[in-house]
Amino acid sequence: MKESTNPGQSATLPQPVEPSAAAARVSRHISLNEGLIFEESTPGKRGMEFPPLDVPETDPATALGADFVRDSVENFPEVSEIEVIRHFTRLSTWNYAIDLGMYPLGSCTMKYNPRVNEFVARLDGLATEHPSQTTEAAQGCLRIMHDLHQCLLEITGMDAGTLQPAAGAQGELAGLLMIRAYLESKGDARKKVLIPDSAHGTNPASVVLSGYEVQNIRSNSRGQIDIEHLREYVTSDVAALMLTNPNTLGVFEERIAEIAEVLHERGALLYMDGANMNALAGVVRPGDFGVDVMHLNLHKTFSTPHGGGGPGAGPVMVKKFLEPFLPVPVIVEKPDGKLGIDQNRPRSIGRVRAFFGNFGVLLRALAYTLAYGPGIRQVTEDAVLNANYLRAKLENDFDLPYSLPSMHEVVFSDARQKKFGVNTMDIAKRLIDYGFHPYTTAFPLIVPGALMIEPTESESKKECDQFVDAMLAIAREAETNPELVRTAPHSTRVGRLDEVTAARKPVLRWKKT
Amino acid sequence: MRYLPKGPSERQEMLEAIGAHNIEELFHSVPEEFRLREPLRLPGPLSEAGIIEYFKARAGENARGCTSFLGAGVYQHFRSVVTDALIQRGEFLTSYTPYQAEIAQGTLQSIFEFQTLMCQLTGQEVANASMYDGSTALTEAVLMAERLTGRRNVLVARTVHPEYRQVLSTYAKHCDLNVIEVDFEPSGQLDTTSLSAESLAQAAAVVVQSPNYFGVVEDVAALTPVAHPHGALVVTCITEAVSLGIVRPPAEADIVAMEAQSFGVAPSFGGPYVGVIASRDKYVRQMPGRLVGQAADAEGRRGYVLTLATREQHIRREKATSNICTNEALFALAATIHLCLMGKEGLREVARQNLSKAHFAIAELTKIPGVRRCFSGPVFNEFVLEFPRSVKIINQALLLEKIIGPMPLGVNYPQQTKCGVMAVTETMPRAEIARFAAALRQILERPV
Repeated sequence: MKESTNPGQSATLPQPVEPSAAAARVSRHISLNEGLIFEESTPGKRGMEFPPLDVPETDPATALGADFVRDSVENFPEVSEIEVIRHFTRLSTWNYAIDLGMYPLGSCTMKYNPRVNEFVARLDGLATEHPSQTTEAAQGCLRIMHDLHQCLLEITGMDAGTLQPAAGAQGELAGLLMIRAYLESKGDARKKVLIPDSAHGTNPASVVLSGYEVQNIRSNSRGQIDIEHLREYVTSDVAALMLTNPNTLGVFEERIAEIAEVLHERGALLYMDGANMNALAGVVRPGDFGVDVMHLNLHKTFSTPHGGGGPGAGPVMVKKFLEPFLPVPVIVEKPDGKLGIDQNRPRSIGRVRAFFGNFGVLLRALAYTLAYGPGIRQVTEDAVLNANYLRAKLENDFDLPYSLPSMHEVVFSDARQKKFGVNTMDIAKRLIDYGFHPYTTAFPLIVPGALMIEPTESESKKECDQFVDAMLAIAREAETNPELVRTAPHSTRVGRLDEVTAARKPVLRWKKT
Repeated sequence: MRYLPKGPSERQEMLEAIGAHNIEELFHSVPEEFRLREPLRLPGPLSEAGIIEYFKARAGENARGCTSFLGAGVYQHFRSVVTDALIQRGEFLTSYTPYQAEIAQGTLQSIFEFQTLMCQLTGQEVANASMYDGSTALTEAVLMAERLTGRRNVLVARTVHPEYRQVLSTYAKHCDLNVIEVDFEPSGQLDTTSLSAESLAQAAAVVVQSPNYFGVVEDVAALTPVAHPHGALVVTCITEAVSLGIVRPPAEADIVAMEAQSFGVAPSFGGPYVGVIASRDKYVRQMPGRLVGQAADAEGRRGYVLTLATREQHIRREKATSNICTNEALFALAATIHLCLMGKEGLREVARQNLSKAHFAIAELTKIPGVRRCFSGPVFNEFVLEFPRSVKIINQALLLEKIIGPMPLGVNYPQQTKCGVMAVTETMPRAEIARFAAALRQILERPV
């Protein structure tokens, strides 16, 4: 195979994959080079034109005052429409995506993002609506939010909720503030929030923003909450426990009811991080097993696209006693069936984001839910089936540090490959050569050298089998040719980038040289 | 179900490979008492056509076909079909946060371009990969100022968007931060005389929005000589980013928080939008959120990576600068594409058109007896008018004419009950401005 000879690129790339069934998934393919848009710019070009001005031109200096007028923006790009199309299309081909193949990032739930959701989000009459329109001119938007809210209550088994938080982490903060407001109303806000060592990093960061102290608690040897240990920690200072269930090992907290009981007995609340709701929907409801507050990540469980890092939405669902503390505004159904908004809620924690939150994300999540209806249970079953299938096929070749039953994801460690000098990051990078996005590396923190794999329901048996073939091929390579794995990927536009120098001497924007 | 890629026989084969007899076995770790016995009571399942039908029906219950003069933080601007076509490429739409740089160079380079564009526009030196929206960007900017100065007070102009101030209050309450509001002058601009040396000496920052909620341009450059000698930073908020095409950028500010919805992002009933935070190089380690930096591989090839992550929650946990994780990457990309399309000339032209249309509308509307401008300060594309009657009542009558009128100020500014703020952008045809003026004139001529 002839390699491309791009200037500035080594003419001799390392020899790719040794022949194997796994290697049959991929072929080399030309990828076009492209500079920064600023480097493609020449004066006098543009890619967008406007209808001619149909009113008299206002002189900026007269209208604003000469001191407030800006000259043109220096070094701003000047390119034509076709150049913009080519620029971003070329860039796009440098990305991996769910639309291309399996994206088994544990904890991230990279499932298929239905295209009809994109279509309906752009409808005239929805995408065009202004959030400050009077409620009588916004009944359709309010109805969409109301319907989604009802669906989420049914799926979670909770009593009330807010759709306003813009992402999971903001949902966490809103949930914690409601806990604080509730406890304050009882006379003592308390001081601490307990967080297991297996938790997502956003949990402790949100706790600090809510004015609480973080108390980390250790998991037991089974990767679960140690009830006895928990009893010691739940003092009259503790406001809540923030728990991810299933936890970040993909394991259901079997003693969840007792955990809730220990907390409730001492006046503390149970907060559930709903990041892993894809293991539960239609099978079991957090509201039924003692959860007081939880957030959902609509960009995980409810299929809204990650878009390279966002947007998301982090609705928070609560039990009845927390309803007075929900953020404003709250959508209410009036006796005549019309929807309105209630801003006058004196016990509310206030507003966490302008307007109603990420409406376009909420809308997509509703489209997803309507597509399945009660059939959402099949989603959960397939997600759990896929994870257990991968586990069964890989557990002879990769170390499984916690052997409890897996739900929607499975966590291995690199203990066996470490012996050959190959770590989880190396295996992850080598997966790229086999045509897969890596799994999540080095998380959760309680598993040194973790390989956290979440296939989701969107993968066929064939895709799962190819992933298994690739993982097994890499396990063999780690033994026979560890250097090949350590220096992966070998098939990408750029090799591993020097992150240390990038952080030491940060270059965070383009400058004209 | 059309989204699920497995047939019954494949499910059976997979169960056999696992060694399970049925799917229920895989859920045995869930205590039996909690397992659902009945299917959830959810609407659906709906076909693709059914989903489209549902949402078209909802769209019909909104203000479709109306002409809107609402601004107040969300603006109607022309968007090119190119932007939407490009952000719907699966490689952008369905990719994750670019932690695996080798197969995410497309996203990473586009964020680097976004950061650059935001610096060029705001006159700042460093911008991050995006925040949720303008309101949370402003709150994070204030928290950043608090960390930089170690001070607990913040002086916030009353002319900052009321919902932004509400978000700030929610966060401030639990971060030991006192929000002190600063009044405005008859011009609609910040009353700098009420900034005492004493208050400034205890303030982390003075916060202004420009153009502010009344559409009035603030003199940001004049604010730094007032604040800096007392050790207070200047935080500037921008909700109408198109103004940067013609209004002097807040280059003197220490931190800029901006809503970039105006750059190619649909109003979409309030979100998703694009929050921007930009600042000085020297403050970068106190910035929240993701940053993309340039890097090289072993062969010296240029690439981009997420960098300075030791500020972030996934590394620093409770010591992070913010809890933000997910941001608004896809719409930051939309803003980037939109700005590249407009380019230097397009941005200037669209800004001039906004300025001209708004000033034309002011001239036309203030010809109506009893209608006058409320504040004398310079405005870009938004302005406050005072009417002889309640804005809410006027708006009800306008809605019958399929016109969505100004945003009433009375709720947030009790002195301004008969005032409303309205925006006129490049999308507003002259004929619609005339129709609005005629309708308003007629409404005001009717007996009360």
